[in-house]
Order: sequence, then structure tokens, then C-alpha cells
Amino acid sequence: MEGEAILRVERLNKHFGGVQAVFDVSFSLRKGEFLGIIGPNGSGKTTLVNLITGFVKSDSGKVIYRGEDITGKKPYTIAGLGIVRTFQMVRLFYNLPAYKNLIIPLSSSRVKKLRGGEYGERDDIAVDLLDDMGFERDSFVPYKSAGSLPHGYLKRLDLARAMALRPDLLILDELFSGMAMSEVASTLPLIEKFHEEGLTIIMIEHRLKELFRVVDRVLVLNYGQKIAEGTPQEVMDTEAVRKAYLGIDVEIK
Amino acid sequence: MVEAESRYRKKRLDRGIKVRADTIFAIASYREMLYLILPRVLPVILLLFLPLVLTDYWGKVLVYACVYGLLALSWDFLASCGLFSLGQAFFLGIGAYIAGTLSHYFHWPPVITVPIATLGGGVICAALLSPVVRLRGVYFAMVTLMLPLLLMKMIETTGIFGGTHGLSALKPFPKGWIGGYLVVVVFMASIFIFRRLINEDYGLVLRAIRDDDRAVMSAAINIYWRKIQALFIAGATGAFAGAFMTHHYQFVGMSAFALDYSILPVAAAALGGPGTFAGAALGSMILVPLSEALRALGGMRIAIYCVILILSVVALPEGIFHYIERKYHQFERLVRVG
Repeated sequence: MEGEAILRVERLNKHFGGVQAVFDVSFSLRKGEFLGIIGPNGSGKTTLVNLITGFVKSDSGKVIYRGEDITGKKPYTIAGLGIVRTFQMVRLFYNLPAYKNLIIPLSSSRVKKLRGGEYGERDDIAVDLLDDMGFERDSFVPYKSAGSLPHGYLKRLDLARAMALRPDLLILDELFSGMAMSEVASTLPLIEKFHEEGLTIIMIEHRLKELFRVVDRVLVLNYGQKIAEGTPQEVMDTEAVRKAYLGIDVEIK
Repeated sequence: MVEAESRYRKKRLDRGIKVRADTIFAIASYREMLYLILPRVLPVILLLFLPLVLTDYWGKVLVYACVYGLLALSWDFLASCGLFSLGQAFFLGIGAYIAGTLSHYFHWPPVITVPIATLGGGVICAALLSPVVRLRGVYFAMVTLMLPLLLMKMIETTGIFGGTHGLSALKPFPKGWIGGYLVVVVFMASIFIFRRLINEDYGLVLRAIRDDDRAVMSAAINIYWRKIQALFIAGATGAFAGAFMTHHYQFVGMSAFALDYSILPVAAAALGGPGTFAGAALGSMILVPLSEALRALGGMRIAIYCVILILSVVALPEGIFHYIERKYHQFERLVRVG
């Protein structure tokens, strides 16, 4: 295996009442790798993200990040270590102007530490960051209240908020859900660019076509269990995956 | 008349004199400067002049209004970061008893005890409430409601800090009017500081915690530590009010933990309009004198007071301050229909 493992998930378990949301899931991630996680609805993808980022406590199992056991740590501690996520249902501050949403991550101690001496006006940094995300600086868009922006912008604002923390591992939880094709087309290159710049990314997605274009490796979950792992082609050739996704038994005689 | 109504309708326009690019204010004329400055300066002048002209009795009412005002500000600050407190009496009582104890047992003058009580009170309030900052909404409110009652009972049964008799003959402020002015000035300074603070990045993060604490956590911000800081600031404000009362009346007793100090600030903030600080201040400046003015009515006082309170909250749920602010920035005119 090339490169060091940045994240190692070992036999993670979580149940809610009688539902085993995540069952004995293990995987590891190299630095700079782009991993896709797919699976039918309710297969435990978001729970897995919540377990890694500390929003939900696991029943058993371990999450090792850069050799450090981060299981059970608080969400803000984990984010401070560089594992930053976006939310499936965007969580933004709708009554604030779009760029002010970035002030919150920018006031964290992580950003203060990373930016060190070159720390400038937060508002300027926020507008710069949004400019990179396609919120043109000279237009009115970055200054409008977040609540008045269309859904595609909100998703990108959520992405910008995650990027403001300068993550080492970015976890995108269904970033493209609810986006129009054109919005996906304009957002995907941004993510590819982050990846080329060396960012490690985990991406949960239902839009397989777009996902398979960018990821190195795919992990498939079904009923909380890992049923396949490999390159997009390998995974789609797996019988269990086709069964889970298409609902048909491919071994029909 | 009916005819006029049918042909004309009221048109409301928002005044747009502030051309805002966040840091640039374009002001065209004297009138517009006055338009901006007057609502800010007038209350300040009024509050500074009032102690000079008021009778002894109404001067005392003003002092009370300022004390309640400080508690209302402290409540509003906690509410703006999502902590709904019903225990402002706790903050007040802690401050009052710290100042009282230092003055009674060590004979320290107010110059020393008031700052110690303010900061120490803030620290104690934040420390005692820090285990419950994870609680939200009504659960946090319950704990804050219980704490002053708990301390009151403790003092009553164990007899510490003077027990039911309280501590009396404490050191007064050098001159009566110094005390009065102190609380007025601190009250105004607090409004100013709170209003600034909540619009800075620091306050932005606090407001964000109220709106969506998970989103703030995912931005690598320790929300519990921020809430504890907010508790310190609010606690210190309340503790100052308590320490002031102790020296002003030269007495501290169990009444410092009375339920009034918890409930009235919430009523004041609700009446004035929460989230603006000016609203909370305005609310207490209305409620406290009103309750005094109704004294002439004898037994019916509390009942009438409650009715007024209920009516105003029902009629103006946004709060008086929000209403005035909105109207101030609007002008109305009749325009022809059709």
C-alpha cells in the first residue's frame, strides 16, 4: 500500500433501538485518496459519517486518525484536528449574509493556528473563499442573506464553510442531493481541484455517474454492512452490489 | 371620510439614508445625522439628568429600574446564545453576598468589594452552571430557577452569612449620589457594550450557537466553552447589580435570591423586545416605575400590573423596542389608489 493511512476505521458498530445502523464496518484511507461511499437509502452512510466526526457515539469499534484514537471525541475537537464535514441537510445561518456564515469557522482556534501571522480581516478572507467557490466578489451574491439564495448556492456555501477550516480530510455528505445538473456540473470541478491539490476526501453520493468519474475507490454499504470495496468498475461488477442496488438476483438461471 | 378611505391607502416606506457597505456610512446632511444620533444620545442625556431632577422617592425607583435593567440585559445576553435562564436572582444574590461578606467580615470599602464581587460572581456563576451548559431550553431554565432557591434554603437552615437576619450595617458608598450615578452609568455602559459585542464576530458565534449548535460544532468551535464565557459575562453583570444593591442599602439578606429578580427581567425583556438589549433596558425602565405608580391602587396593584403586561405582550409580541425602531425608520403617506 502506498502512502500513509490518514484514517483507519476498525469494526465500527452502532445500533438505534433494534436497527443495526452500522455493523462491523472497517476501512482505511490513504492520504490524498478520494473515497466514495454508496449504498441504498438507510444503509448507514450518514451514520458512518456521524460516527467518524463524533456527532454520534459508537457502540464499539475504533476510529484512528493519523495514528491517534479519536473515538468518542467531541465533534469540535475532531473538526479541530482537520476532519471536516458538510451536512446532507445544509445547516447554515440563514439570517446572516452568506459571507458572514464563514466567520464562524474562521473564528475557530484551528484557523487562527493555521493562518498564524498572515491572519487578516476575517470578512476579507470570507469573501475571498466565497469567490473561489463561484460567489463572485463583485456581485451582490456573497452579501445577500443566506436564506435568500437558491439551493445550489446553499450547498456550495456549506462546502465553503467546510473549506474555511482548511480541512485535512473532507467528508461530503450527499453534496449533490437537490442540486440541478448545471449546479452539479459547476461544483464537481471544484471538488476535483481540491483533490488534485492533495486533499483527502470521502464523498457520499447517490449520483453514481458523477461520483465514479472522480473517486479512486468506492465502498458500498447495505443494511449497515460493508458489502464491497474497490475501484468503481470492480464494485459494480460485484454481484452483491447489483443485488442491493437493482434488487434482482443476477444468478437467475 | 369613507370616500377618502376608498380612494386613498396608506403607503409605508423605509427610510434608506444609510448606504451600507458594512464599513461605509454615507451621511448627507445635519438632519440625517440627527436622525441617526438622536435616538442614541437622547436616552443617555435623559438618564444622566434624571437623578438631578427626581424626588428622593423616584430617584430610588430609578436605581431599582437600573438594577432590574442590568438583570434584563444579562438575561438577554444569555438568551442570544440559546441559554434561557430563569435564575437572574442567582447572579444577583451571588454578587450581593460576596460584597456583603467582604464588607461585613473584612470591613473592605465598596471600591474593593464591588469589583471583586463582579468578577468573582461571574466566575462562580459560570463555574456552578458549567455542568449544565449541555442542557437546552426548559431544562437549563429549570436548573437556573432552582439554584437561587437552593442557596436561599441553605442560608436559612445553616445560618451562614447571617442566616435569616442577613448582614447589616455594611459600608455605604462615600456619598449617596455616587451610588445612584454608578448604577446608571454602568447600566448605560452595559447596553453599549452588549450591543457592540453581539454584533462583533464573537457575538456572531454566540448567536450561531443559538440557531444551530451542531453546525457550530462542525466548525471546530467548542460551544460549551463559549457558553461558559457567556455565563461569565452575564453572571458578572448580575453580580455587579447585587454588589451595588448590598452597598447601596448597606444590607444583604436572603431576599437577594427572591423570585422577583428572576421573573421581572424576563418580563422586561419580553415587553421591550428581546435580542436588542435596548429593548430589555426599555422594558425595565417601563415595568419598574409602572409597578411603583400603581402602588396608589393598593391591593389591585399586582392584578392590574399583570393585565397591562399580558395586554402589551399580546398586542406587541415583537416588543416595544422593535415596534418603535420599525416605525422610526418608516414614514407613511396617503397615496391615491388607482
